[in-house]
Amino acid sequence: MELYELGIRKLTDAFAKGEASPTEALESSIKRIEALEPEVRAFLKKDFENAREAAAKADRAWAEARAGALYPAPLTGVPYALKDNMCTKGLETTCGSMILKGFVPPYDATVVEKLKGAVLLGKLNMDEFAMGSSTENSAFGASRNPWDTDRVPGGSSGGSAAAVAAGFAPFALGSDTGGSIRQPASYCGVVGLKPTYGRVSRYGLVAFGSSLDQIGPLTRSVEDAAVVFESIAGHDPKDSTSSSKPVPDVLKACGRSIRGMKIGLPKEYFAPGLSDGVKGQVTGALERLEAEGAEVVEVSLPSSMYGLAAYYLCATAEASSNLARFDGIRYGMSDRSAGDVVSVMKRTRSKGFGAEVKRRIMLGTYVLSAGYYEAYYNKALKVRRVLKDEFYAAFDRCDVIAGPTAPEVAFRFGERTDDPISMYMSDIYTITANLIGIPSISVPCGLSSGLPVGIQLAARAFDEEGLFAAAAAVERTSGLADRIAEPKGGSSR
Amino acid sequence: MGITKEDVMRIAELARLEFGPEEAEKFASQLGDILGYAAKLDEIDTKGKEPLTHAQEMVNVMREDVPVEGLTQEQALMNAPQRKGEFFLVPRIMDNSQED
Repeated sequence: MELYELGIRKLTDAFAKGEASPTEALESSIKRIEALEPEVRAFLKKDFENAREAAAKADRAWAEARAGALYPAPLTGVPYALKDNMCTKGLETTCGSMILKGFVPPYDATVVEKLKGAVLLGKLNMDEFAMGSSTENSAFGASRNPWDTDRVPGGSSGGSAAAVAAGFAPFALGSDTGGSIRQPASYCGVVGLKPTYGRVSRYGLVAFGSSLDQIGPLTRSVEDAAVVFESIAGHDPKDSTSSSKPVPDVLKACGRSIRGMKIGLPKEYFAPGLSDGVKGQVTGALERLEAEGAEVVEVSLPSSMYGLAAYYLCATAEASSNLARFDGIRYGMSDRSAGDVVSVMKRTRSKGFGAEVKRRIMLGTYVLSAGYYEAYYNKALKVRRVLKDEFYAAFDRCDVIAGPTAPEVAFRFGERTDDPISMYMSDIYTITANLIGIPSISVPCGLSSGLPVGIQLAARAFDEEGLFAAAAAVERTSGLADRIAEPKGGSSR
Repeated sequence: MGITKEDVMRIAELARLEFGPEEAEKFASQLGDILGYAAKLDEIDTKGKEPLTHAQEMVNVMREDVPVEGLTQEQALMNAPQRKGEFFLVPRIMDNSQED
């Protein structure tokens, strides 16, 4: 077995016992990346030089621990990579956009600070400004699904999901505004967690929809997701929306029995539009949970399918405001061919943003503009309230809500690029968790036509323990932990 | 939901974006489609519902009023496309020709 195949817990166990060193783990990852990155294209920027330095430092920390010193932080020496919308001091951060090409942040995001000791391999591809479901909106080219390189890895954290699935790193961080961690996790056969809104600091995360964005881990096992979650969660004075509630011991929760746990199944989720292959795998996973002693109860979320429409009004409104900062004056690209300030801004933004980003800025500006605010934006916020009320009524009858993560398996390149709404539809099941701020996770539960299917679980706000207990049970009963894809084309399918 | 090319131009001005006529046409039709899809929300009765602007509905998060270190001037300026000494450089904003 090669070191790149090991998950976080096995890897750090080997470090603790002296059976492997962080430098050896890093070199194994680098070898894997160099062999397969031309196929997968997960990275926007590799930073192996600094990684080697960090690994050498971690070598010493583990050696000292073995000699009797205190144990280092749980992720010390573990290779990882970051979605390119999290600021890294001294390392280019582009958000997959031309407008930020060459931008070098003068500070680290809080999650990067918290992961000091782990070994950063580089920055991962994404849909421009996290707007998209396939990485096809990246200004620097799409990433490919390691399970079938003719297909998208999902998005927007597609580079993160592809990197973890291909064995480049045991974990990556992504961000999730409407499903951008969970949908690519589902497409690439890995675990993806969107924590409760407020659990993880957003300081240093380039803002898209500030009331919706959360950072979370992508890993190859539920326990590894628990370890990363515990490392990055917690209150941060630099993010006033971060919660001061204590971070729960979710790793312990992974070992909890689910006997008697009530799993709510919204009848609205199993409607036309859901592919038979996905439906079959999700139903199978639920049957296995029942065999473990969980009780599956039918619940109703009558407005849940309207979440997508509400989302595209709320998220674009917030984005139009957040992206106003890209003006060609203070950082990033600047087109100074015109003589006045407003023209500099217009030319810079028109050249620097891609089509989907412009579409969303335009939509957001429209719904916030005089005369339309009430009809669109405020209506969407009221629907958001309706959704929250419906979910919490359902949570009166169950502990977690389960369903498919996405209506279908990974689609082919170019299939949806001409029709924005068909692209948006792949987020129909994930989007509501962002609108109401609850935690949600996608866990691999099977294959359909040789491609991964994820089951999505959601829990009440701040109940990550219940969420992890159920997620670990899904993984245990499906036997799909620690799977690595060997990148290949899909000509046989 | 009818979005005209003129609507697109008006919104583009507010959003500090520019579009050629062909692009504006395409955006008008795509935005119209998306807004048409969003009009589905009218099927939901929201009478008496308070708008939910933020998932956790926190208010007035305060901290002690003690100064903490921020970015240095040099750090703040390091990504400036154009700078002059310790300032961001922008094209002239005031029109000189009217001055006496």
